[in-house]
Amino acid sequence: MNGQAVEFPKQALLTRLALSDSGFVFDPVTGNSFTVNTSGLSILRLLQKTEDWTDIIATLQADFEVSYSVAERDVLEFATALRSAFK
Amino acid sequence: MKQTWVKPFLTPHRMGGMNKFGAVRAQNHQSDLDGVEIAPLLEKYGSPLFIVSEKTLRDNVRRLRRAFATRWPKVRHGWSYKTNYLAAICNVLHQEGSWAEVVSEFEYRKARANGVPGSRIIFNGPWKPNDILELAAQEGATIHLDHLDELYALEQVACKLGKQVPVGIRLNFDTGYTDSWSRFGFNLESGAAKDAVQRIAASPWLKLTGLHSHIGTFVLDVRAYAAQIRIMTDFMEQVERDTGCVIGYLDIGGGFASRNALQGMYLPPDQIVPSFEQYAEAICGTLMEATQGRVAAGKPLPTLILETGRAVVDDAEILVTTVVGGKRLPDGRRGAILDAGLNLLFTAFWYNHEVKPLRPLNGIAEETVLYGPLCMNIDVVRASIMLPPLNVGESLVIRPVGAYNNTQWMQFIQRRPAVVMVTQNGDVAVIRASEQLEDVSGLEQVPQALQVPFPQGLPA
Repeated sequence: MNGQAVEFPKQALLTRLALSDSGFVFDPVTGNSFTVNTSGLSILRLLQKTEDWTDIIATLQADFEVSYSVAERDVLEFATALRSAFK
Repeated sequence: MKQTWVKPFLTPHRMGGMNKFGAVRAQNHQSDLDGVEIAPLLEKYGSPLFIVSEKTLRDNVRRLRRAFATRWPKVRHGWSYKTNYLAAICNVLHQEGSWAEVVSEFEYRKARANGVPGSRIIFNGPWKPNDILELAAQEGATIHLDHLDELYALEQVACKLGKQVPVGIRLNFDTGYTDSWSRFGFNLESGAAKDAVQRIAASPWLKLTGLHSHIGTFVLDVRAYAAQIRIMTDFMEQVERDTGCVIGYLDIGGGFASRNALQGMYLPPDQIVPSFEQYAEAICGTLMEATQGRVAAGKPLPTLILETGRAVVDDAEILVTTVVGGKRLPDGRRGAILDAGLNLLFTAFWYNHEVKPLRPLNGIAEETVLYGPLCMNIDVVRASIMLPPLNVGESLVIRPVGAYNNTQWMQFIQRRPAVVMVTQNGDVAVIRASEQLEDVSGLEQVPQALQVPFPQGLPA
């Protein structure tokens, strides 16, 4: 999988999000709020720092009990959800 | 220590849309049916799998009978074969005392093959071919005429047999509550029903003994049945007065709603679907009022015949299906692809079936679309349902599915799966084996010249 091919929302947009440990996500510009689960929260926090695909998957594998292929598949799907939520 | 991985999701918070009457679900998963674990059944018989509860089936029909028999002296239930004619299901209901209610030559022969004598068959439907009409007349089935051509056909059959055949006629009329199903039977308001009665009275071969009508399906307002009874009893008095016949029974058809959620219905079924007792109260109370003078006049009280199908069998059967894939839709919703779709669940066209995971799942529920496996855009089992994250291999229980699915299912690009029954004593019996390719292709015949797909060698 080439991480360059995966399109996430712009990093500036993601870094402005307020994330709480309980999974509450707030976008101060639009006023929209969301609930995110533990794995989703980890991905959002990673994306606020990096867009490097390899780093993201490796960190998730270090923090969670998950295989490479499952993590890759689920993050790809999560990217679709992020693009839809943060246009 | 590493954390457990759950599919990542992000759910937007939306204002409004809450239903203040919304019921709180006591349990968010279903792992057994009548105490029998479902997961091992999936291992043994494969997914998808229909599972029938014999106990629920018997309980339902007993409740129906009790509700009516405690309010009216003469009650008969005809099991509506078209609702679910798997032989094991039919025979459970026959063992409970139900007659067979059939609507075609195929169903008549199916009832006979199940061991039901013709004298315990109610024969409805708009097309009864001559040979089966003759057999039904010979065997003493309760025949309900649908139209004038059938009246003449039966008269000829009776003449040929050399005996007078008792007969009922199907009526249609406006109750003011449901759409009149004017395509079935003789219309009351236009005078067609009266003409048919007069024609029967004039025949030496036919004898009018009963009246039948079916006012609709999934009827939620019990007052519709009260109106039906008033109209039918008025007509009964009129035809007895006009022709001197004696009406022995009133067959009010089916139409009682099951505990299923019609699409577009605002309230949950538990709050909106009348109980058998509520139907019975409206029907028998009206019948009691309308027939008060009959006993004093020396006329018999009519037997009340019910053809309740859906409300008896629907919640006695579940469909267990398994997630085979998932995707994130462009609008942000999650899509899950199941191994069972509209091919097995015809009723998904009009119901929002209840769907529960087979085991407790982690994660917050999010809006999900459940798709079937068909290569058709309309193959949607639930257009919108809140479910936790679903991995491939997770199984879901869909209910209630007992009515109309095992009779209207299609063999379209998939084989139909097994149906098993959890019996009263907790055993599990296959009541319909899963189809094999040979079951479908075995009926086909290929001409000699078409035996080989590529006689000139493989195409490029």
